[in-house]
Amino acid sequence: MTTHYLVLSALLFAIGAVGVLLRRNAIVVFMCVELMLNACNLAFVTFARQHGNLDGQLIAFFVMVVAAAEVVIGLAIIVMIFRTRRSASVDDANLLKY
Amino acid sequence: MGETITFWVLAVVSVAAALGLVFSRKAVYSALMLGVVMLSLAVLYAVQDAPFLAAVQIIVYTGAVMMLFLFVLMLVGVDSSDSLVETIRGQRFWAIVAGLGFAALLALAIGNVVFTPAVGVGQVTQAKGGNIPALAEMIFTRHVFAFEVTSALLITAALGAMVLAHRERVRPKATQRDLARARFSGPQPSPLPGPGTYALHNAIDMPALLPDGSVSAKSINRVLARHELEDDFTPTDPEKAAMIREALAKGEAEEREHGVEAEQPIQAKDAVIKEDGQ
Repeated sequence: MTTHYLVLSALLFAIGAVGVLLRRNAIVVFMCVELMLNACNLAFVTFARQHGNLDGQLIAFFVMVVAAAEVVIGLAIIVMIFRTRRSASVDDANLLKY
Repeated sequence: MGETITFWVLAVVSVAAALGLVFSRKAVYSALMLGVVMLSLAVLYAVQDAPFLAAVQIIVYTGAVMMLFLFVLMLVGVDSSDSLVETIRGQRFWAIVAGLGFAALLALAIGNVVFTPAVGVGQVTQAKGGNIPALAEMIFTRHVFAFEVTSALLITAALGAMVLAHRERVRPKATQRDLARARFSGPQPSPLPGPGTYALHNAIDMPALLPDGSVSAKSINRVLARHELEDDFTPTDPEKAAMIREALAKGEAEEREHGVEAEQPIQAKDAVIKEDGQ
């Protein structure tokens, strides 16, 4: 069963990565990042069971805490950029490019 | 056996929902799809002897994080759909190729590993009297420093969000007197005509009719009209449909003009007040 869980986790991670590359809406990009974090958590929990060791579950718990903090800051930045540029598209925030 | 069935059902559901998250055009659908993925992962945690993580997953992710996502989505505008213009040529194609390659690489690497039958966390948790006591003991003994740093991280995040989302007020708050003055010096002192007045229905998407039977452009709800145009739900009467389209275009042109300066009217008001004072 471990292999199954790990493959599912890998698939979800890859889908999230494709989403980050494909989508232009900053909020959707953010959701894809969350999907990747969740996929990692699934792998951690699976390995915890595989090795009979609770460390994996503990790390997954810490990942959740960090992800929550990251969402708060990221969404605040998106709202701030939206206020000044009236757009949530990642293509429009390119002032540093030129 | 039960675990196998649960896994296959939830694996299919979560992968389908993840694909939906990436490929749905509307951001709200993406958010709901993400909720489905998170709920299925919570069940998978519960199946894998991690009841605490399953509960935290539901409370923190599907509860708090999803709510935050939806909240910001509503704040930023639900109808802000993705632009389909590629800023880097061929990016979409190569992103999909890279994603498929990455997935194949990971899956093959995992498939090549031979795992011994899972040990299971039952032994460890039973020694401590349950999953949560066992986790708690680890958090508050071996990982207590990481736990304390986490609290610092959360406080920093909360402060950072407050600082980032805070907006300085650059001009004084308009009082009721200012608002009344601006309203009566503007073009429309009375309220705008409500939707559906004199029309056959009084639904919010029906524009009000003027006494001569034509559509009053002021009564058109622009957000609804935009959706109707997108989904081709305009009234069957071609004249009315044309009026809606025209009113929408006019409103959007105005919006573009004012654009970032949504507070333009207040500025005009200030000028009026100053003139009065002198």
